[in-house]
Amino acid sequence: MRLRRAFIAFLLAVGLVGAAVAAPFRIAVVMPSATTDMAFSQSMWSALMIIQKEMGGPSALEIKYTDNMYNVPDAAAAIRDYASQGFDIVIAHGSQYGSSVQEIATDFPQTTFAWGTDVNTFGLPNVYAYTAAAEQGGFVNGVLAAKLTKSRKIGVTGPVEVGDAKTYIDGFVQGVMSVNKGITVSKTWTGSFSDVALMTAAAKTHIANGADVLTGSSQSVVGSIGAAQDNGHVMWFGTQADQASLAPNLVVCSQVYDWTGMLREIIAQHKAGVLGGKTYVLTLENKGLKMAFNPSYRLPGFAKAAAERAIKGIVDGSIKVQP
Amino acid sequence: MKGLISLDVISGIIHTMIGLATPFLYAAIGETFAQSSGVVNLGVDGIMLLSAFAAFYVSLVSGSLALGLLAAAVVGLLMGLLMSLVSVTLKAEQGVSGIGLYMFGLGMSSLLFKVLIGTVKTIDGFKPLPIPFLSDIPVVGKMLFRTNILVYCAFLLVPLAWWVLNKTTLGLKIKAVGQAPAAADSLGISVNGIRYLSVCIGSVLAGIAGASLSISLLNLFQDNLTAGQGFIAVALVYFGGWSPVGVLGGALLFSIVNSFQLWMQVLGAKIPSNIAVMLPYLLTIVALTISVNRARQPAALNKPFERGES
Repeated sequence: MRLRRAFIAFLLAVGLVGAAVAAPFRIAVVMPSATTDMAFSQSMWSALMIIQKEMGGPSALEIKYTDNMYNVPDAAAAIRDYASQGFDIVIAHGSQYGSSVQEIATDFPQTTFAWGTDVNTFGLPNVYAYTAAAEQGGFVNGVLAAKLTKSRKIGVTGPVEVGDAKTYIDGFVQGVMSVNKGITVSKTWTGSFSDVALMTAAAKTHIANGADVLTGSSQSVVGSIGAAQDNGHVMWFGTQADQASLAPNLVVCSQVYDWTGMLREIIAQHKAGVLGGKTYVLTLENKGLKMAFNPSYRLPGFAKAAAERAIKGIVDGSIKVQP
Repeated sequence: MKGLISLDVISGIIHTMIGLATPFLYAAIGETFAQSSGVVNLGVDGIMLLSAFAAFYVSLVSGSLALGLLAAAVVGLLMGLLMSLVSVTLKAEQGVSGIGLYMFGLGMSSLLFKVLIGTVKTIDGFKPLPIPFLSDIPVVGKMLFRTNILVYCAFLLVPLAWWVLNKTTLGLKIKAVGQAPAAADSLGISVNGIRYLSVCIGSVLAGIAGASLSISLLNLFQDNLTAGQGFIAVALVYFGGWSPVGVLGGALLFSIVNSFQLWMQVLGAKIPSNIAVMLPYLLTIVALTISVNRARQPAALNKPFERGES
């Protein structure tokens, strides 16, 4: 009898310890470029690291990633692999992964899939879509650029004329024009998100044409920033991630994508049994978009005041920026 | 749109072209040596990537660009030896082993970048080196003679490679091994030895091509920095008819069209950006179709040498 009680007590103890070391929540993410790209992928990676810390570290939140998945079939294989491994949430961080998510999500109805940037959940109950109103930060950067340019020539180095790369640039041009319609904004598109050499050549071409302000989008803009740095007198405006560390003297301001709020909600929803069916849009109003003024750059007060007025106007709705 | 005919714009187009052509020249002339001996090395892009990383990392850590350049050349040499071992000694299919080498370079450079550096950083690369007197010539001086040492060397490599391939015993042996390896062997030329040497010359030059990106033109390293330039370099060898001068023509054509389309966009030409970025590739394909001279293709290209087999 005593032995039986001891055995039951032992089982209870094992059960309690087991409960105390419950399996961690598991998130996997597939990204088109490196986690350190100073742009799109890094913005998601940084947010995941913050969430992991908030939840209590790797023992509470397990994160696995596959980066540099510019080849969509490879990315699709990785997404399916993570889903079949039983991850709670699989994030497909690239607008090119949409059809893969649509196909795979139906095979794993208990897994939450999140993908972006896009707004389409395909009507599936286990798919979230997310995007960024990049035109808003683009507008603010445009206002700043218009206030600071002396040559009245601004160069834009874009990758491919789609998605948030396009909306950011459209917003930027609207911001410039809201200050001074006489400023020339020249745009170049390289046709690639990753061709650093061509992006550098594009930036140098803008500079040779007299531009004293540059901006652009995608992981290849590190080349544009390098070109600005070589010149030494060209200002840079960033987007997606804070790019100040690349050229502390030249980067004026960056629009930063902050996915943490969205991730918190998706995790909470998953735990509550809601696996998808909603689209998230990062905006200045919901603080998913943040303007990171570079503290190392001596920004004149009149320019910063104009930028802050633009932020306030977008948030209160008095300024409408067309995507 | 401001006219494309202005002197400033023409000068800008040519200046941009010279920068864009530099890595192609190193890589494609190197590949000309390899292919002239009968070995197609499709791993050029992988060699460029790993060497670009080596050059950047060594320069970053040591503060010496010369050491960075040396590191790129050594990495190129080692990868050339690996390619030679697999395709010449072990006689593996050249296309497949080249693709394997590319994937190795792509993956290893990405891994080392993540482990050793972690994030995108920039360095002070080779500075412009104005050539006395020549750099003072109006317009032309600014266009051609105010660039850095690796760019000058890329263009000097063209006559040097032409001379080696056409006027030296080594060059004649390389071409003999590429055209008729059995005949060359019967004359006492070491076919495998010459192929090893040619592939290694090509790989060292591919390594310098990578360095020209990371410590001379872009001054940074990022995953997949070359974005496929090594494959374009291989195509330029066919375009150039296995001649350094032809390769120069192809590299300049591809680069000037790229430079031209960038200037068109900057100056506000009303053509869709998708068409503009396609232009260099379209024109190169057209030119390749019209100009390639198959008669000059090394007869033993892509064929492993086995003594006793013709």
